[in-house]
Amino acid sequence: MIKIWSMKKNEDAAAKKKPKTSAAQIRVQKDLTELDLPSTMKTNFPDATDLLNFTLTITPDEGMYKGGAFVFSFVINTNYPHDPPKVKCTQKIYHPNVDLEGNVCLNILREDWKPVLNLNSVMVGLQYLFLEPNADDPLNKEAAEDLRRDRDQFLANVRSSLKGGYVKGVSYDRVAVS
Amino acid sequence: MAAAAAQTNGSAIYGDWPGRYFHVDQVLDRPGPRTDPSFLAGDGVKKFLREECKILVIGAGGLGCEILSNLALLGFKDIHVIDMDTIDISNLNRQFLFRPKDVGQPKATVAAEFVMKRVPGVKVTPYFGKIQDKDDDYYMQFNLVICGLDSVEARRWMNATLVNLVDPENPESLKPLIDGGTEGFKGQARVILPTVSSCYECSLDMLNKPTAFPICTIANTPRLPEHCIEWASVLEWPRVWKDKKMDTDDPEHIGWLYNVAAARAKEFKIEGVTWSLTQGVVKNIIPAIASTNAIIAASCCNEAFKIATSSAAYLNNYFMLIGTDGVYSYTFEHERRPECPVCGGESVELSISRDWTVDRLIEMLVEKQDIQIKKPSLSTPTKQIYFQAPPQLEEATRPNLEKRVSELVPNGGEVTVTASSLPFSLSLRITFI
Ligand SMILES: [Zn+2]
Repeated sequence: MIKIWSMKKNEDAAAKKKPKTSAAQIRVQKDLTELDLPSTMKTNFPDATDLLNFTLTITPDEGMYKGGAFVFSFVINTNYPHDPPKVKCTQKIYHPNVDLEGNVCLNILREDWKPVLNLNSVMVGLQYLFLEPNADDPLNKEAAEDLRRDRDQFLANVRSSLKGGYVKGVSYDRVAVS
Repeated sequence: MAAAAAQTNGSAIYGDWPGRYFHVDQVLDRPGPRTDPSFLAGDGVKKFLREECKILVIGAGGLGCEILSNLALLGFKDIHVIDMDTIDISNLNRQFLFRPKDVGQPKATVAAEFVMKRVPGVKVTPYFGKIQDKDDDYYMQFNLVICGLDSVEARRWMNATLVNLVDPENPESLKPLIDGGTEGFKGQARVILPTVSSCYECSLDMLNKPTAFPICTIANTPRLPEHCIEWASVLEWPRVWKDKKMDTDDPEHIGWLYNVAAARAKEFKIEGVTWSLTQGVVKNIIPAIASTNAIIAASCCNEAFKIATSSAAYLNNYFMLIGTDGVYSYTFEHERRPECPVCGGESVELSISRDWTVDRLIEMLVEKQDIQIKKPSLSTPTKQIYFQAPPQLEEATRPNLEKRVSELVPNGGEVTVTASSLPFSLSLRITFI
């Protein structure tokens, strides 16, 4: 066998064995404890000892969705950050980029995810969807169509959906902050 | 085989016959210009290779079949193989150690039996199960490990396990890892010397990620059969089955997805949704080409042979083959990443009083000249000690600040420290005085 041992640097000799904490676990700890969230975003852990399952509540303070509180579930698997976190909206909301099942069209959650991105990037990306809903990547086609055609009507629809009203025969969850 | 066994050339090794290793011995009987000085030409190296060296192969699939037969023919005699899969009929086109009668049997067991039957004197020990079933003592018995896997997660686990195995007081604990991987006409082979050279995790961001389609394309403008299959698996499955977990090995689940995808394809006049494509997309099966597997497996085995015998300079440390546009290959030294969460970062020994509180420890980390960490968050492998953020977790862990470290961490235990001022993490080994 080749003698690899002599290639080990001397400084390593002082260092003991590496921790058993998994790379995914360390990375989640790093991402979470360095979150720098504005007052419009808040995390909630149903079980404070489980870092891999939590929710994020976004309460936009400007834009068309001001006045709503939107709750997203985050599920992180042990292959993080190779795999992106799985994020869903837990409420039925009227938004061009969120479908009625809670799926979210945000590029960095799927096709553009990279391990150098982190939870902060995802959360900032989600918040941006409420400031700048995008009619070009529709998941709720009706909403996208409304936004494209008549911005005022779209805004009126958003307002009524936040209160739990109907938009074009679809009932939405009440998400307005009282 | 009986004739071969009877005919030994004075050597005690079962199954050897005159000239069996004539060609291989050309490189073992005398040193070459770049041979390592520690090379024991002649009997010394042959004895090690054929009687002592114990090698572990992870995976008995497309790459694994090639690796096992190459190793046996190179003269490795004590080979172990781990694979958790059973043989599927679709494997038979390239996994040449398997026959139609073997369908449903464990890959590791069938591959081991085949190689032992075909190559006299070699012992192949199979394990049908997960790499995670085995502990450090198990991995400690090998001289080197070759991975022929198609899963990033399994590779990350194996890599981290071998890096963690390195004990500064025991040279035997450093096991070279040779990793092979292929995707169509592309492939790579690399040599990882845990804690010495770049590890698998160091290069994680270099990986080709599986093709993912934008979810709005899947929902609105499908053009490819894959779009229809992803529509079925990503959007329809959770809508219809709610929290029921999809099992990609369950033919009924695949059948359901196939039917849903086929209906969608019909609606959008898209051709090409088949049962096997459905399975391929949802299991993220990377197209495997037998000849690419053969090249990469052979490269891995050449490196295993050179490392085990010191007979020639070995790969330093990354070989990539791109056969998609002509043939291009490139060998380079992938650098270790200092902030790698597996092999990088720093490890610090810390002796503190049994009476120290967590608060006192944090104060020390912030003040200590050679560490100086701003706002550190601390955890053990099993629990949080103190988190600076988010607010809910800060509040939940705040009571720990008053507790003694010795109540939360065993003597000699590990504490992982993260902070924005650290590129990745710092690991503390805490002893109490
Ligand atoms: Zn590394």
